[in-house]
Amino acid sequence: MKYMLLMNVPGGGPYQIAGWAAADITAHIAFMRGFVEKLAAAGELVWTGGLSGPDQAKRVRAGADGAPLVDDVFPEAKEFLAGYWIVDVETPERAYAIAAEASAAPGPGGRPLNLTIEVRQEMSGPPTDWTPGA
Amino acid sequence: MIPRLDDSAQDVLRDLAPGVLCALMRRYRDFGGCEDAVQEALLAAAMKWPAQGMPDNPKGWLITVATRRLTDQIRADTARRLREHLVVSLIPAEDQIALAADAAGVDERDETLDLYFMCCHPALSQPSQIALTLRVMGGLTTGQIARAFLVPERTMAQRLTRAKQTIESAGRTFPDVTAQDRAIRLPSVLKVLYLIFSEGNTASDGDGLSRVDLSTEAIRVARLLCGLLPDHAEVGGLLALMLLTDARRSARTGVNGELIPLDEQARSRWNQERIAEGKQVLGRALVQGTGGPYQVQAAIAALHAEAPSIEATDWPQILALYDALRVDDNPMAQLSRAIALAMVNGPAAGLAALDDLARDSRLATHHRLQASRAHLLERAGHHAQAIDAYRCAAQRTTNASERNYLLLRAARLSDSLSRTELTTVSGRNAN
Repeated sequence: MKYMLLMNVPGGGPYQIAGWAAADITAHIAFMRGFVEKLAAAGELVWTGGLSGPDQAKRVRAGADGAPLVDDVFPEAKEFLAGYWIVDVETPERAYAIAAEASAAPGPGGRPLNLTIEVRQEMSGPPTDWTPGA
Repeated sequence: MIPRLDDSAQDVLRDLAPGVLCALMRRYRDFGGCEDAVQEALLAAAMKWPAQGMPDNPKGWLITVATRRLTDQIRADTARRLREHLVVSLIPAEDQIALAADAAGVDERDETLDLYFMCCHPALSQPSQIALTLRVMGGLTTGQIARAFLVPERTMAQRLTRAKQTIESAGRTFPDVTAQDRAIRLPSVLKVLYLIFSEGNTASDGDGLSRVDLSTEAIRVARLLCGLLPDHAEVGGLLALMLLTDARRSARTGVNGELIPLDEQARSRWNQERIAEGKQVLGRALVQGTGGPYQVQAAIAALHAEAPSIEATDWPQILALYDALRVDDNPMAQLSRAIALAMVNGPAAGLAALDDLARDSRLATHHRLQASRAHLLERAGHHAQAIDAYRCAAQRTTNASERNYLLLRAARLSDSLSRTELTTVSGRNAN
């Protein structure tokens, strides 16, 4: 089963770790790196990505002629998606455990951040023996 | 466990790949089919050679296997393709090899060169040129290329298939590349190799997946090109630039993949072998002609490589080289020039140059401009402004290790500022 784990961080300003002490930033980066390496070594990591800051974000809609209408994202957005992991695991409980580990990433003073990690299961294709309407 | 080819055998194998493709294309011309057959032959070699040992004539072995795969493919193919290749497929594979190997009057060197030019066909997008060069000239598998660029294998396979189709439908390919095509395409070939090299240096890290090393790969393929075009100053310039830049690689990142800037690098960790080779290649290129952008950048890299410290670097000479580079149309080189200017005439001069550059719309909001400003502000002692500039640059960059570096730089400065304030306050209290 594949799950997407989304890490949302408070928005409305510069990326929050910008205000931390150097030692805390270093510990946070080392944690994130080790976390991904461990998932990959366990064969559970499908993909991961860190997203660039809110300043770079755009909202795009198709205009009347199909051409993109591009807007900046309003800075007062409450939360921002900072990064995600896609994991392939046996049970939902394992996905929750991984999410909890990510949530406890160290913050200022080395204290766990306890960020909310959104866990979403990726939908699979129809089973081979499925007959619609039967 | 399946025995694996050791690295040197893999290099032999992959060095042979372009020549094998040439031999096949000489007879069959069908680029897509020949290229697939060569890939299969390379895979077969990787499977069989570890157990059987490398054959006496590895290239002949690869040609035989690739030809067999190609003729099998042709036999199994649709009626349309059968009609096109009927004559060829009726000739026993062994005879075809004899014909292919007996390439009287064909200059193999020129043919291999033309493969480079074909991979950089102007009808292809740059990502396609890069992927095709890695596959055809580098002998990498689709899977290896896909992992190197962190895209799914299917995406890369599609990109390669489309690239081959584009080349076939655009016409004037191997073996019909003209002298004019070669002259026009050489800069694209050099650029593609440099992009592959740079990708290896800046690729996103931390995914924990094993990836081919693109910088090493680019150097290997540039070496091949240098062997084919030994008298070309810019080919030598490019190879020298790669070697001299690569020499600093292990000093450039810390244990957590964090960026270490030139002034903080442990110079004892620079690879002296690479530096010596880079300087030798550069010296030879300088005799052949001067002034090309790769050569000038290589000369700048050589000056850094020779310097015992950042202070003892020949900055006036580096500044002169940036001026020789005619940096006007290259915003990133303009930034580097401003830094060199600051090293020669002081941070204020550098900051003034950056202010001028901020009028360029390409640079005004670029994170590198802010990062350069931050460094010079720090050097000038304007710490609060430097912190703001570092953070601003960190928000704008899309490279994770650059962002981490900039955030840390701001944090360290901010930590030391608050320590200073504390000392001042406690000092006052004591009075």
